[in-house]
This record gives sequence, C-alpha cells and structure tokens, in this order.
Amino acid sequence: MLEEKQLEKRAGNLIFRNVWDYDPAPEKPDHVRLKEKYDLFINGEFTPPEEGRYFESVNPANEQKLAEVAEATKPDIDKAVEAARNAYNRTWGKLSGRERGKYIYRIARMLQERAREFAILESMDGGKPIRESRDADIPLVAAYFFYYAGWADKLQYATPGMQPRPYGVAGQIIPWNFPMLMAAWKIAPALATGNTVVLKSAETTPITAYKLAEIIQDSGLPPGTVNIVSGAGETGVEIVNHPDIDKVAFTGSTEVGKLIQKSLAGTRKGYTLELGGKAANIVFEDAAIDQAVEGIVNGIFFNQGHVCCAGSRLLVQEGVADMVYHKLKDRIETLVVGDPLDKNTDIGAINSKAQLERINKFIEKGLEEGGEMHQSSANVPSNGYWCKPTLFRNVSQSHSIVQSEIFGPVLAIQTFRTPKEAVEKANNTPYGLSGGIWTDKGSKIFQVGQHIRAGVVWANTFNKFDPTSPFGGYKESGIGREGGLHGLLPYLKLN
Amino acid sequence: MAKRLDVLKTYKMYTGGKFIRSESGRYFVTENKQGKELANVCRASRKDVRDAVKTARGAWGDWAARSPFNRGQILYRIAEVLEGRKEQFRHELMQYGIQHKKAETEVEATIDRLVYYAGWSDKYGQVFSSVNPVASSHFNFSMPEPTGVVAIVAPDDSPLLGLVSVLAPVITGGNTAVVLSSETYPLPAASFAEVLHSSDVPGGVVNLLTGYRTELLEHLSRHMDVNAMYYTDGDEDAQKMIQEHASLNVKRVVFDHPKDWTSENLEHPYTILDFQEIKTTWHPVGY
Repeated sequence: MLEEKQLEKRAGNLIFRNVWDYDPAPEKPDHVRLKEKYDLFINGEFTPPEEGRYFESVNPANEQKLAEVAEATKPDIDKAVEAARNAYNRTWGKLSGRERGKYIYRIARMLQERAREFAILESMDGGKPIRESRDADIPLVAAYFFYYAGWADKLQYATPGMQPRPYGVAGQIIPWNFPMLMAAWKIAPALATGNTVVLKSAETTPITAYKLAEIIQDSGLPPGTVNIVSGAGETGVEIVNHPDIDKVAFTGSTEVGKLIQKSLAGTRKGYTLELGGKAANIVFEDAAIDQAVEGIVNGIFFNQGHVCCAGSRLLVQEGVADMVYHKLKDRIETLVVGDPLDKNTDIGAINSKAQLERINKFIEKGLEEGGEMHQSSANVPSNGYWCKPTLFRNVSQSHSIVQSEIFGPVLAIQTFRTPKEAVEKANNTPYGLSGGIWTDKGSKIFQVGQHIRAGVVWANTFNKFDPTSPFGGYKESGIGREGGLHGLLPYLKLN
Repeated sequence: MAKRLDVLKTYKMYTGGKFIRSESGRYFVTENKQGKELANVCRASRKDVRDAVKTARGAWGDWAARSPFNRGQILYRIAEVLEGRKEQFRHELMQYGIQHKKAETEVEATIDRLVYYAGWSDKYGQVFSSVNPVASSHFNFSMPEPTGVVAIVAPDDSPLLGLVSVLAPVITGGNTAVVLSSETYPLPAASFAEVLHSSDVPGGVVNLLTGYRTELLEHLSRHMDVNAMYYTDGDEDAQKMIQEHASLNVKRVVFDHPKDWTSENLEHPYTILDFQEIKTTWHPVGY
C-alpha cells in the first residue's frame, strides 16, 4: 500500500486554479427574445389559461424571475386534447408520411437557425452550463427532429411483417433536467409516426418549450398537432387521466412513473416510462486510468448530476482504488462551479431550491450513515443554488447514498475485487437504466456488459447520446425505448 | 375374466423440474361440461407462487445464457416429444367434451406452434437488433435481452394450444416462467409438464401451477421479483388489478385476448419482443 503522500504525488497535481484565475467569459443574452408572460400553446395559438393563474419561472443561478408562465388546469387540458384529436382526425392524421416528414425537417432547420438563442435560454431557465446547452442539448434537439423526420415515410421498414399505425393522441410529460431535449425525444417520434401531441413541460423549466412552440407555429404545422402546456404535477395528472388520450409518455422519477402506471390500469392507453437510475461506473485495474477519471467526472458531474443515467456509483477495483480516488480528488478541484452562461463553467446551478434541499438531505444522510465525504474547494456565488462536486467513500450497499437516486453532483465510491462482485453490486438496486465499464480488455467489456441489467452500457465512455441510439431502462427504470428505430415502436400499433 | 382395472393418474404441479403437490395440501376437482368429475388437481397457494418465482429466478441465469441455437433445439425437442404423445393429449381434451377432430387439430396446431417458435430462437435477435449509425466516433449497437421472470396466466379457454402459444415466445426469448394453468381445464397442462420434463428443458425454466385465479392472480402480479406478466383471459377487472399491482415494481404487462388460438395471425416474433429488453452498448472507436 502506498502512503497517502506518495499517491498524491503519483496522481499529479495539475490544479491550474491555484496558479491563475479564469477571466469571466459569459455568453451574452442580449439577442434572446424573452416575453414577460407565456400563455399555453393550444390549437396553434398562444392561449391564456382558463383559470387565469400564472407561476414564475426563476433563473436558479441568481434567483431572479425570468417570466410568468401559465398554469394549465382541467379545462385547458380538455381544450388541448380536443385540438389534438381534431388535428389527428382532420389534418395531421390525413397527411402522407412524406408531408409529415417535411414539416419535421422544417422544425429541425428552424431550431438550428436559432440554436444559440435556445442554448442561452436553456441555461438561464435550467441552470446548466452554456458549454453543455450549446454543445450537447440544442444540437441534439435538432438532430432528433432531423432523424425522426426521415422515418415518417418509411415506417413499414421499422416493423417487418406488420402494418404500423399511429395510436392517436399522445400525452407527454417531461422533466426539468433536459427541457428541450426531452421535448424533442417526445415530439419528434410522435409526429413521425402520425400521432398528435399534448406535451407538458416541467414546472421549473417551462420557457424553452414555449420557444419551441413559437417555432412550431412558424413552421406552419397544422394547428392542434402539437399542443404545449405548463404546470406542476396536477396538470400532469389531468393529461394522464384524460379519457381521450391514447398513449402516455413520461420521463421523470420512478416514484411518479409507478403512480402513472397504476392510474392507467383499466384503461387501454399505451404507455412508455423513462424513469430513474443509479448507474454503476465500473473501473477495472487494467483500464486507462486517466481516461476513466475523465469518464467518471463526465458521468456524475455532467449537467450537475441531474441525469437519470448518471454514473452516480463508482465501483473501482481494489488495486487502483486509492489512485483513482486521488486523481478524482485532484480532478474535481479543477472544475469551475458558477455562472451557467460563462463558457468556462463546468458545473452550473442546481435546478431549483427544492432540488438543492433534496441533495443536501442526501449528503447529510450520507454523513450520518458513516460515509467519508470530500467536496472540492470551489468558490460558489452567493446568490443562486449551488452544490460543489462531492465524493463519498466508505459507503456500503445498504447506504441510502448508494441506493437512492440523488440527482445531484454526488458520487458514491465503492470497491470490488472480482468482475463477478462488480456485476453483483452494479445490479443490486431496483434500477437498470445505464452502466459504465472501463477496461482495456475487449472480451471483458462484452462479458460484463452482458451481465449488467441496464438499457444502456457505455464502455470506456459515458453519457453519450444520439438520435439513432435507443435509450431506456430495465427493471424499475422504465418501460420502452426512446431514440433510434426502437423508439418508433411505442408510438405504433401493429396489425 | 375380470375387466382390468385402470391405473389412474395423479395430476401434480411442476416446479424446478420436480412434480409436486401444493405445499398447502389443498386440491380441487376438475369436471367436464356434463359435471362428471375427472380428477383431483393441486390447488396452489400463495407460498407455492413464491416458491415457484424463486425457482424461476434461480433458473433464469443459466437459461438466458444458453445459446439461442440450444434454446431452439430444446423447443424443437418439446415438439418432437409431444408428437409422440398426440393420442394422450387428444384423449385428455376429449375428456372435457371436445370433439375428436377438434381435439386432434388442437394438438397438431400446438406441435406446429412449438416448431414455429423453435425456429425463431436464433432469428428474433437479428430481426430486432440494430447497429446504430451515431454521429460521434463510437460503435453502437442494440440487441434484445430477456426481461427475466415472467408470470403467465395461461388462457382458461384453450388449455393446451393456448398454453403453448403464450409459453413458447416467453421461453424462446430466454425468460423463465411461472405459469398458472387453465383453471377450467387443468389436466392437459399437468400432462404437458411431463413432456417438458422429458425434453431437455432445464428444471425451473417452466413452472406450472394449477389453482384458482381469484386466489393467485394477486400474488403473481404483486410479486416484486416478477419482471413481467402475460394475461390472456380478457377479464377487464383482472386486467385492472394486474396493472395496478404491476406498478409496484414497474412490471411489463401484456394483455392479449385472441378469439381463435389456432389462427396463424398469432404467430409473429413481436410476442417474443414483448418480453425482451433492448440493450444499447457504446464503444469508442480509435487507436
């Protein structure tokens, strides 16, 4: 066993922040068009809510109000579903696949034209670093529309031997961690397959969905084909329980997903659920350790850890455990926590006050249960919601920090001796969304990958997404796939 | 000369490759349409369900790891063994009042359905897999893997063909099954267990229980180590209950209620896909 100091030395100490400061490099929001008030997007028009209630959307990086947003209640959902039904029966549902595809292509192009504006707003409303919204979220949004546009007139090749047809009206509920991207994951395949849509954005991040509605309006999509509403859980309940919804697609927590599955019992509605996760990132002794450390950082600190497939559990083989830990400690010292609009920022703001409190509770619990915590020494702004990158050691399988989805920048670190033990620990949660494997040995990747009960396995990489690549969970992480060819199936009935 | 006395058969349940009675010691009497008592049948308990799920879970790893070719061979072997025992099954169906010709057709359709799914074992993976042309420098592919332990409520109205039609796609796909047999006509399922037993099907892959739906549906659908539930009776109240319980651990729920189990329209690989999970794997490409 190497002494602590030797390890520190071996791991190197390239912490530039000790040597110089980064100059601020903020993205300017001056060309962003932000309205003071956003109304519901129903039947192609921005429509005030029936009950006249509005709520505030707050910038989590400075706690300032960004805009007021309409709260949809039952009469609004009734109107939205009726509009979607009419569009399905009269306009969108009558279009050929080819014409549908052209509308979706048009939306993709318009998104690309306004990509920077969307990226900035996404960072302002949700707190994610501009580096991510600019380089990951928004380009992927356009890519998903582009990918599914092309499927619209080729669906018979996606379901060999069967004639596919749409469900009808899809009710879609999305989370706050990737507001635009989740809207794209939901809307693009629904439209390609000929369904119409009522989509609810998340309570803390409703703004970019309405910006998307502007694009949809500009694209000339037949009114009612896509309806976008906002509100909290009660609004979602109205969508799920609406008798004229044919299919429900939900992304969010396992807890809410279970409630939805239960409330759909006894109906003939189809459903897809994309729920929580507690992914294990498994690092073997023969891995390229520096690459693995980068992957671990990307796995848990990408998007402040607000990622259902985040690599929130690190399983590291004993022989390299101390080295990996020290390298990780050094690496998180270099992470810049702060203004999401600053191009140097690695970790932005926690999405909401409520989420920050939830994360802090888990951290407290982790300490109570005997975990050994280390946080980076980053300075965080005085206003806004922030959480420094956090590591936990000396945690065991039963600790809540190992079992529960925290949805924050908190990594639980455990060790293992044999591949079998790693697999057993990796699978020992009710979740099964994703997993990571770091090793130089190809056969080990395939063997371990086969045994991880999860819908996405990243080998020597992590948190990669692509419209052609199906995504979704095993076990309590959900039902059905989104993305790729497989992502069409939940929106199609087969004859 | 005295007439020879028939040797009557004791009908048992089948779990973990063993023929067992209910741990509860309970039984029920199965009758034909005219009310004639045919035999005593085991009346499974909640504990029998739990034991069977545990057995199915234990058998799952090995069965899922078998090569698709091997699973196909075993499915085909079931068909072969059943072919040799056609007469017995025809007779058992006729005991319940089914006409000779219809019983014969049903047994033959059952054998053919096994052959049909045997053939899919090493093909559905190709049909439902994809290599995904991602924009980044990664090799990315998706392929189906078995969902796990599947609870099957075999159709009440089609005790042999219906049973095999729901069981074959589940086990072809590498899942293990806990099956609640037809309640009204339990005898063919109990005898089918003997066919499974002599067909190289590893113990625990198929666990056949007999008993009352009103007693057992709840425990099957609530069980936290059951990954999916397949129900084909078409009773809407039961469907509602099953899905409500399924939400406890996000079980996959498949409801189906075909009118005619002999229809070839029922034969497609999408029933296999219903009990598969798609796994997507990413590998970087580079030196």
